[in-house]
Amino acid sequence: MQFTFSEDEALLERSVSGFLATHVGSAQVRKAMESAEGYDPALWRMLMQDMGLGGIALPGRFGGVEMGQVGLAIAMMEMGRHLVPSPYFSSVGMAAQAILMAGSDGQIEALLSRLATGESIAALAWRGTGRGNVPTVWLGDDLRLSGEAGFVPYGHVADLLVVAARRDDGTIALLALPADMPGLSIEPHVSMDLTRPLSTIRFDNVALSQDHVLGDGGDASAALSGTLDLARIALAAEQASGAEAVLDLTVAYSKDRVQFGRPIGSFQALKHRMADMMVKVEMAKTAALYAACIADEGTDELAEAAAIAASYCSEAFMDCAGNAIQLHGGIGFTWEHDAHLYFKRARADAMLLGDPASQRERIAGMIGLAPVERAA
Amino acid sequence: MRTGFTPEQESFRAEAAAWLDAQLSGPFAAIRNETSLAGQIDLRREWEKALGAGGWSAIGWPENYGGRGASIAEQVIFAEEYARAGAPGRVGHIGVTLAGPTLIHFGTEEQKQRFLPAILAGEELWAQGYSEPNAGSDLSNIRTKAWLEDGPNGPEWVIEGQKIWTSLAQYADWIFVLCRTEEGSQGPKGLSFLLVPLDQPGVTLRPIRQMTGDAEFNETFFDGARTAAANMVGAPGEGWKVAMGLLSHERGVSSLAIQMTFHNELHRVIEAANANGAAQDPLIRQRITTAHAGLKLMRYSALRTLSKDDDEMLSREAFVHKIYWATWHKKLGELAMDVMGAPGLVAPGEDYAFAELPHMYLYTRAETIHGGTNQVQRNIIAERALGLPREPRG
Repeated sequence: MQFTFSEDEALLERSVSGFLATHVGSAQVRKAMESAEGYDPALWRMLMQDMGLGGIALPGRFGGVEMGQVGLAIAMMEMGRHLVPSPYFSSVGMAAQAILMAGSDGQIEALLSRLATGESIAALAWRGTGRGNVPTVWLGDDLRLSGEAGFVPYGHVADLLVVAARRDDGTIALLALPADMPGLSIEPHVSMDLTRPLSTIRFDNVALSQDHVLGDGGDASAALSGTLDLARIALAAEQASGAEAVLDLTVAYSKDRVQFGRPIGSFQALKHRMADMMVKVEMAKTAALYAACIADEGTDELAEAAAIAASYCSEAFMDCAGNAIQLHGGIGFTWEHDAHLYFKRARADAMLLGDPASQRERIAGMIGLAPVERAA
Repeated sequence: MRTGFTPEQESFRAEAAAWLDAQLSGPFAAIRNETSLAGQIDLRREWEKALGAGGWSAIGWPENYGGRGASIAEQVIFAEEYARAGAPGRVGHIGVTLAGPTLIHFGTEEQKQRFLPAILAGEELWAQGYSEPNAGSDLSNIRTKAWLEDGPNGPEWVIEGQKIWTSLAQYADWIFVLCRTEEGSQGPKGLSFLLVPLDQPGVTLRPIRQMTGDAEFNETFFDGARTAAANMVGAPGEGWKVAMGLLSHERGVSSLAIQMTFHNELHRVIEAANANGAAQDPLIRQRITTAHAGLKLMRYSALRTLSKDDDEMLSREAFVHKIYWATWHKKLGELAMDVMGAPGLVAPGEDYAFAELPHMYLYTRAETIHGGTNQVQRNIIAERALGLPREPRG
């Protein structure tokens, strides 16, 4: 049992954190989020190539550095703390993991090396445009793809799309295809969280070949659900550090801000809220890192740990970000202050991969709670 | 970073589990799964002696004082197996986890020789004398006082005052008492840490009936009680330092042991929900799964804290354990009542004595109070972990 960072992990944390502290502040975040691409290509190149974060979780035989999901979690934590607007999560944390889980060795080799360096950007399109969390893109027996996928982070800058589609027999296929194929269109949206813009992707009878199907063509639903659990864990790491960042902002402000002749942080009404925030921050960090560890150890606890991390960290970040606005008072409600950026990131994170309640309902089946009897 | 235990640690786990199972299937079967603080007290005393004889009473103590010098991981493993086996709460725990470690840390060699072997062997039980009617959350506001007088065998401390919430005092042989030995002193200054025999005319106990209906705690009155001058731990006036060192022993490993008990309780809540149909209610399902996630997190978090070196124990996440588990358990009590429905409202017999889950519902109201209320915990977190300005005190 060594449930603390190894030397390599601690070194990674320090180097990413040091790099971001130098290169990313509120001004850079805002400039990137207001640009058409929604990210800063120069910073992206540095993160992927100079810092090597693209290959952090990849196996050595595909050119990765083999730091696993814990390594990915550390990268997500540091970027999340600064709200770095970048396609990192969608390309490395979602799409690359799907390719790794579902693809053949040849496909992995062909696709991942360019993703790892950031030369190529991928996005995972797995759910529909409604409230539900299931694929609504259809793959016919003739390998034609139709339907639409919603809420794809950085879909508008992706050159490679990984698509979860349903076949007529109900099985799932995972497909990897270039974003410029005929019949495919991408519509970017104004998203509540400007630091991670969402797109809708439409497939109008897009003609695929067998090469676009990841793996052996069998049912890929296990690969999809495994991918989503790894993505939830990576996102949980971001949520935990986002919660920590807003707590730090709030503590600093409340030591500084004087009302009634005292720093407002000396009032118990505020202190106690911040104490409750810290309880959630520490538990969230623990939940995310434990789940990342479990993912690397490959035990059968993965789905449970992912569901726990996703549900807890989602609510912890939303709660802390909401409290941060409240404790900052009026300034916290302004566009100029960063509190709203965290608040919106927290909300988007919590809804991207299945909301906390749906994650908890997954847990019900794992702990022997009787299934709900549906009325006939 | 890794979460599992080593093969050596797993074999230690198997050894502990086998010993516990043999004892609790054999001579101690009657107290297996006993949940009260001191029910079947005679057999519980024998159990303390059996733990001592088997070398399992205080495995974390250093070997030269009769412990095993067990690592934190081994202590965690033993605590988990102890709870998993349904072994009863330790009536010797105040001696083993509080008095003993304090003596090892602050005591003289004579004090160690006199007291440690009897704690280890389960022959002498201890009680804790800290809280007073006017010294609860404001613990340093202690009024109980002591002064030196000549006695038949040399100088003695004479003690006058009242302690409250002294659990197990009616069965204990000794009590450690935090009292004021400097007249006119205030707050943490001028306090001393005395070891006092309970069986003497100057000590009177009065049981306190709690809202559960049980009477596990006492008021302890000192009216000219005496103890030898040598029975002071630390120097006169150093009592606060000694006592605070001792409180830190309350954290840590014990938080992992209670989780196994919590796990058993949650399991019974799930069984009850499946049996009476409450599991069909989506709100109940959300609360049960939230409770499960919360309990798992408690375990992950304890493992994270215990993976650190001893001197790092008071890192940020270590501050949150008490408020987290106490709050979690209180919510489990509320959930249990909501799952049971009206049948949870009636006792099975003629006494005011409820079944496990309704009893837990009532008992957990104490847990966000004792050992530092949630409100005091939040002050500690805010001031010591987050560095927020102190509340003006006057």
